[in-house]
Amino acid sequence: MSNSSKNLKKIQDSLVWRYRAEKAFRWCGIVAVTLGLLAVLALFLDIIFKGKGAFSATYMQLEVTYDQELLEIDNFADQKQLIVADWGALYKSALRAEFPDVRKRADKRKLYALVSNGAGYDLRERLLANPRLLGQSESVWLLADDDIDTYFKGWLDGDPYTARLVDNQVEWLQQLITTQRMELRFNANFFNRGDSREPEQAGIRGAMIGSMLTLVLTLILSFPIGIAAAIYLEEFAPKNRWTEFIEVNINNLAAVPSIIFGLLGLAIFINFFHIPRSIPVIGGLVLAVMTLPTIIITSRAAITSVPPSIREAALGMGASRNQMVLHHVLPLALPGMLTGAIIGMARALGETAPLLMIGMVAFIADIPGGFTDPATVLPVQIFLWADSPERAFIEKTSAAIMVLLSFLILMNISAVWLRKRLERRW
Amino acid sequence: MQASNVFFLLMGLATLGFYLGRGRSLALAKDLRGIRDLHSLPNYYGYYTALWCGLPALLLLCIWVVADGSVLTGVVMESLPSAELPSDSVEYTLLANKISNLSIGVLPSAGQPDFLLDAAQQLRYLTQLSSWIMAVAVLALAMVGLIWGRAAVSANFRARQRVEKVVQYALFACACLAIFTTLGIVLSVLFESLQFFKSVPVADFVLGLDWSPQTAIRADQVGSSGSFGAVPLFAGTLLVSVVAMFIAVPIGLMSAIYLAEYANRSVRAYAKPALEILAGIPTVVYGFFAALTVAPYIRDVGEGWGLSVSSESALAAGAVMGVMIIPFISSLADDVISAVPQAMRDGSLAMGATHSETIRRVVIPAALPGIVAGIMLAVSRAIGETMIVVMASGMAANLTFNPLDSVTTVTVQIVTLLTGDQEFDSPKTLAAFALGLMLFIVTLILNIVALQVVKRFREQYE
Repeated sequence: MSNSSKNLKKIQDSLVWRYRAEKAFRWCGIVAVTLGLLAVLALFLDIIFKGKGAFSATYMQLEVTYDQELLEIDNFADQKQLIVADWGALYKSALRAEFPDVRKRADKRKLYALVSNGAGYDLRERLLANPRLLGQSESVWLLADDDIDTYFKGWLDGDPYTARLVDNQVEWLQQLITTQRMELRFNANFFNRGDSREPEQAGIRGAMIGSMLTLVLTLILSFPIGIAAAIYLEEFAPKNRWTEFIEVNINNLAAVPSIIFGLLGLAIFINFFHIPRSIPVIGGLVLAVMTLPTIIITSRAAITSVPPSIREAALGMGASRNQMVLHHVLPLALPGMLTGAIIGMARALGETAPLLMIGMVAFIADIPGGFTDPATVLPVQIFLWADSPERAFIEKTSAAIMVLLSFLILMNISAVWLRKRLERRW
Repeated sequence: MQASNVFFLLMGLATLGFYLGRGRSLALAKDLRGIRDLHSLPNYYGYYTALWCGLPALLLLCIWVVADGSVLTGVVMESLPSAELPSDSVEYTLLANKISNLSIGVLPSAGQPDFLLDAAQQLRYLTQLSSWIMAVAVLALAMVGLIWGRAAVSANFRARQRVEKVVQYALFACACLAIFTTLGIVLSVLFESLQFFKSVPVADFVLGLDWSPQTAIRADQVGSSGSFGAVPLFAGTLLVSVVAMFIAVPIGLMSAIYLAEYANRSVRAYAKPALEILAGIPTVVYGFFAALTVAPYIRDVGEGWGLSVSSESALAAGAVMGVMIIPFISSLADDVISAVPQAMRDGSLAMGATHSETIRRVVIPAALPGIVAGIMLAVSRAIGETMIVVMASGMAANLTFNPLDSVTTVTVQIVTLLTGDQEFDSPKTLAAFALGLMLFIVTLILNIVALQVVKRFREQYE
């Protein structure tokens, strides 16, 4: 046999395992992509399954009598009476009337725990809206306590969670369930209220408004400055060491861990400039500093994508460099810049770590009304709830995550849409 | 008058200035042969006048607002009876705060000593006076600027060049903000760290094996002298990052290779954005997922095998962090793999190599610098990642390399030391800044080296 045919034989023999290796390598790739996609799926399914319950809340129907004696109210104009009145007594007496055999103090306390302790204020709102009810009685759907909510939702799924209830309470609840006086309703509180220590009364309105105020400030600060910096670097900057230094700085800042920006905010903005903690102003400042490099980088990319012929045409018609940039390059690059800004804002909306440093992690029940009111933001609210020991907060946390994610998805979709719609291919 | 009102008035004046300047240039043009005899377009004369009107006044306003408070407090403190003036700087600041709180009514005046009430009264008076003087001064300066700017308008005046110069300077200032940010970070972190290293030697911090940052509140307290040996934190950070890299590098790299080299267009069009969803998910969501789903799952599985797994294991935090970093690595690797010239692949395939051999022997070696840089950037991100470890890993500083144990990381400690009540000069708080300095230095080095490598790699194939 000649040398070459021996080689051919060798090659042909090796082909079997070479093809096998080829196949295995390809499969590795498929497995990797699948694993990544599975992770996405697992994350979303987990959050949705945990959080879907939070959009409904358990209510129970009780016959409430607006007893004038009990409330000690005779004049609705008297603010003091309204403040002093024991509104909780209304639902407590309604519960006692519903379960007259409950006598012992400890049992009564357990009985009162069926209803959310915020229900008194709901009754107050009802009465103030309709003062003729005073002295009358009506049947009202009252918000149940979070443990009852957990129990009832579990019961509906055939697996009630009773670890936080005593036997009596379960008995009472079963009584209410059999008379069809417990039901799930849309949880409007979740979207209309601020934070609360009681899971059933806690809502994300405060955090949403806080996030909005913070983001508005971030956008106002970082977008114009980012664009200005990008224009300078792309169109005007001389090629020298200083420009290079600026560029290196920007690229590095984009990769600095976000928590470092929190340290910057704490040391410079709070301790040096004495800006108060916990307000959207400081949050907006820190997030603006953090997103600025990202916006500069995307804006520069948008400016470079404008073809030089546009610039030459403008200059050829006698425009100055400023006119060329402001009248021609900037309008053409703006869609790309906007896309970058939206993506930067989406990142700022999801950011948590630096805000922990500047006191936006405080418990704030009121809905902020302005840039200088104490506020928290959605991701920090999620962090706070995730840390709470109450079981009912797990569901709230997941629901808040769903809200946050839908905002992010909305922003990203609009960025993609904007790019498709406005961006021109040259 | 409030600063914001002054600001709006100033903007109004500047707008007026614009119209006055433009109007004057148009009036000048009428006497000549129309605006073609002016040097610049009429709007530029308007802008020029508006800038003269607004800019110096705005500068004055800013300086006034910044300096106002401390100057006035200084004046009031000077006027206090010298017997009441504390010598200690901390006491001094406290007293100054008290007076300013009294003057704005945050602190009720009942039961305060008379000299404080007098000082608060004086401060209130001075603040009011100062705000009126500020309004008058700023608006007067604006008027002067307006008149000056308008007077300069003439047919031969080069208004456009002047205005464009100002615009250029403004753009330049914006670009320089990036440097100020870096400077701010370096100064804030460095300054506090230096103070920290005054009480704790650098060697003890960097080489110490014991981390328990509780400092004694009372001098006679037992067992909480506070020790600041950061090695357990560095080890913990390293452990979590290594676990994350074990997950992210193979999956990220292989999916990048598959998507860049094998997948057809439609698979690529859907799989790539779907993977990139992972990059857009906020870290707090990953933290929640790690703490409430992955960590209990890993613990249960571990117990099924008879292992003792901490419920805050480094494995859980690291695994979820790895998932977070997958898209980061895959998109960077995708970029560099796509940048390898097609001719190199064609050459290899023409020599009879299979597709996978081409990838392993030709494409990957060619793309290696870029891939390594991408991994370095990913490591820097893993080290600096905060929320996942804050939520899913522990607080106790264990010096261990067992991923089933609970460890703590640098970022976790920064967060725990700086949230909640704090006094700013205790070593406990300052330690957070020292940790921040370490974090900044390490990530900075990783970033600079990686960015340089990427840059050189790009140049090589361009």
